[in-house]
Amino acid sequence: MNEQQTLWQFMSMESDKLLNQTLQHIGLTFISLLFAVAVGLPLGILIARKRSLSGTVLGIAGILQTVPSIALLGFMIPVLGIGAKPAIVALLIYALLPIIRNTYTGIIGVDKHITEAAKALGMTKFQILFKIELPLAMPVILAGIRTATVINVGVATLASYIAAGGLGEFIFGGISLNNTNMILAGAIPAALLAIVLDALLALIQKMNFKKLRKILMVLPFVIIVLSAFYVLPSAYGSGLKAGFTPEFMGRQDGDLGLKTAYGLKIRTVVISDAVMYKAAFTKELDVISGYSTDGRLKAFDLKILKDDKGIFPPYYAAPIVLQSSLEKFPDLENTLNLLAGKITDSVMTDLNYRTDYLHQSPERVAKDFLVKNGLYKSPKNGGAGTIKIGSKIFGEQYILAEMYSMLIKGNTNYQVETKTGLGGTKICFDALLNNQIDFYPEYTGTGLLAILKPDSRVIGRITPDKDKTYAYVRNEFVKKYKIKWLKPIGFNNAYALMMRQKQSAELNVNSITELKNHLDKN
Amino acid sequence: MIELIGVSKRYGSAIAVNQVFFKVNEGENLVLLGTSGCGKTTTLKMINRLIETDEGKIMVNGKDNRNQNAEQLRRGIGYVMQNIGLFPHYTIEDNIAVVPKLLNWDKKKTADRVRELLLKLHLPENCLKFFPAELSGGQQQRVGLARALIADPPVLLMDEAFGALDNVTRTNIQQEFKNLEELKRKTIVMVTHDVQEAFELADRICLMDKGQVMQVGTPKELLFNPANEFSRQFLDGQRLALEFKVIRVKDIWSNLPDGKNKTEKVLNPELSVWEAMEKLRSETVEELTFHDGKGIVKTLTFDDLTKAFNQYKNSWHYE
Repeated sequence: MNEQQTLWQFMSMESDKLLNQTLQHIGLTFISLLFAVAVGLPLGILIARKRSLSGTVLGIAGILQTVPSIALLGFMIPVLGIGAKPAIVALLIYALLPIIRNTYTGIIGVDKHITEAAKALGMTKFQILFKIELPLAMPVILAGIRTATVINVGVATLASYIAAGGLGEFIFGGISLNNTNMILAGAIPAALLAIVLDALLALIQKMNFKKLRKILMVLPFVIIVLSAFYVLPSAYGSGLKAGFTPEFMGRQDGDLGLKTAYGLKIRTVVISDAVMYKAAFTKELDVISGYSTDGRLKAFDLKILKDDKGIFPPYYAAPIVLQSSLEKFPDLENTLNLLAGKITDSVMTDLNYRTDYLHQSPERVAKDFLVKNGLYKSPKNGGAGTIKIGSKIFGEQYILAEMYSMLIKGNTNYQVETKTGLGGTKICFDALLNNQIDFYPEYTGTGLLAILKPDSRVIGRITPDKDKTYAYVRNEFVKKYKIKWLKPIGFNNAYALMMRQKQSAELNVNSITELKNHLDKN
Repeated sequence: MIELIGVSKRYGSAIAVNQVFFKVNEGENLVLLGTSGCGKTTTLKMINRLIETDEGKIMVNGKDNRNQNAEQLRRGIGYVMQNIGLFPHYTIEDNIAVVPKLLNWDKKKTADRVRELLLKLHLPENCLKFFPAELSGGQQQRVGLARALIADPPVLLMDEAFGALDNVTRTNIQQEFKNLEELKRKTIVMVTHDVQEAFELADRICLMDKGQVMQVGTPKELLFNPANEFSRQFLDGQRLALEFKVIRVKDIWSNLPDGKNKTEKVLNPELSVWEAMEKLRSETVEELTFHDGKGIVKTLTFDDLTKAFNQYKNSWHYE
């Protein structure tokens, strides 16, 4: 009951964003549907006419359908950049197969005697298509459009990864922030949208021919109007453009802090960190919310803006381990602490640069580092039990997981099983709590703000000091979760606002305050 | 008028229609008769170019049908098919009015013509707003006929048009079809595998087998003067019944004894022998009296009838 009330509170508090995201979501769904129908319907008609092409066309559409949606969005970025265009194209591709297939099936399913009669009465091919075949195939074609719509509502949640908006902003923000209400505030409207659209289209599909004819006259206009939800809001504005991750959007030490502490007002899109840096480099974005040790900082020649009001808390990385695992594997703590204090900010940035930009494998980068620092030992292949290492889904965590894996194999008799790529903080931390993994590298700031969530007075008191922050999370984690923070690895992967070096110099913007002043002037 | 001159159609190596020649005169009803697969439907469909010929030439109203736009050609030829092929998403009115719409008739003219046909074909007025699925099979076939007749085409093609109906309905519709004034001036080509139907409706019959024409002739010629063994055997099963139906009292007039000039009701010698026999049986009378309209009256019993019939039949064999 309590949960429901707070969800309701969250939704009413964020009602502006919710409405905006919902409209974007509807718009995105329908604009891509419109294009998918415009492409799929003629293709379906074509292959119903030339059956020899049907295998090829349906095959290609089927293969496109099996490409994972995230990967498809990824493929789009080099060609179409970020934002609306790649999202619409990706959704169009997903919607294509059901529309082509059902148009084809619908038309070839029309009774041959009826088309022969039409021909015998003197109808031309076009008249037969538009007066006979399409109307009779319409229930089947509508079923295809219905499937495509429901698929699109689902896939459109991923559009938030590439700054195309939609309810995915809440869903992925919520996952990153361990905020169930935020997840539900995105997921429930998305699910309702799918159910309502499905039911409406089912209704149309079952109508008799007379009513159907009228509805089909109106339907294109409805779809165009709904598409406009998406096109219109994105058509305004100029000046600097910011791209923030869904996680950053919802955090006190993120967008909210920028607004309250600095009063920063900037046109903002939500985007996945996987494509954010590149987008800044290609000038599609001007300001991004990066991590201070990210390798792409170096690769894309970006500059960190000074956090002169100190709103970003320290994010010192350290392994967090279940106490029960430390007892079960007595050699574990000392082994993990071998890395303590060894990796500075610049070293970590360099390591990240190698994986993210030079495309070296995390395994190789980890081994090179350990060898260079005299920490590498060849595996003992012992049989004293298996330790499960987790990591979040980005490069730095992969490297750390590999280092820990090698250290454990070289210094102890334990075996290692790595579970890398566990999505966001919530997924990783839940895996640890439920003993699916024994430890993973976490950041003090994340532990404080995303997991413990103390009130703002506590945060204000401890975050300016990195040691106080570390001490606080260490004590609270033992008390609340029986999880131990081991010694920090050394680097501080805090949030930072970044700009291109060149633009920063041209505008003479070096700190967040200067950025705000620049924005207010223009 | 329709004329087929050396028409052939192949599907791969199989020959479906092989060197067919025949001519259908204006106002005549020619029936293409044969077993399934004999090429009769293919022949019919080549007339309105639903199937294109491989060889030969088809003249429709004096013009080679390939020299005309196929759609224009078809709009001038009525077509009725076994599966009826009504458009399920059109009302009955829209179904009947397909061709006028293609020909851009004005609404009033179309509506008047639709109602005229409704009356002629004994369809209820209120059915116009219905969809085809709401009508009985017989009514649907009448609608199919109305659709073919609406633009008053001089030529009508019918592909097993009554084949899907039950016996009773079929007999009724055949009778109406025969008596429909509108059809009497049309050149009609019909396809059927039903011998009874062919003999009932045809002016002439074109008997086909394995893509070839075996014989073209009037029902009488087919019965009494078969051109070959195939023609003879094809009719053997029903020969007697067909003969009774084909021969009319006037045909055997000279073989009948002179009348006693009774004053009872007088019959027309257009009656077939079959119908005369039916009357003798059903009305339980001993004799029937006929008047040929030229002052000659003949009265005959069952015996007179069979005797004259046999004499008439024998006379064919000596020709």
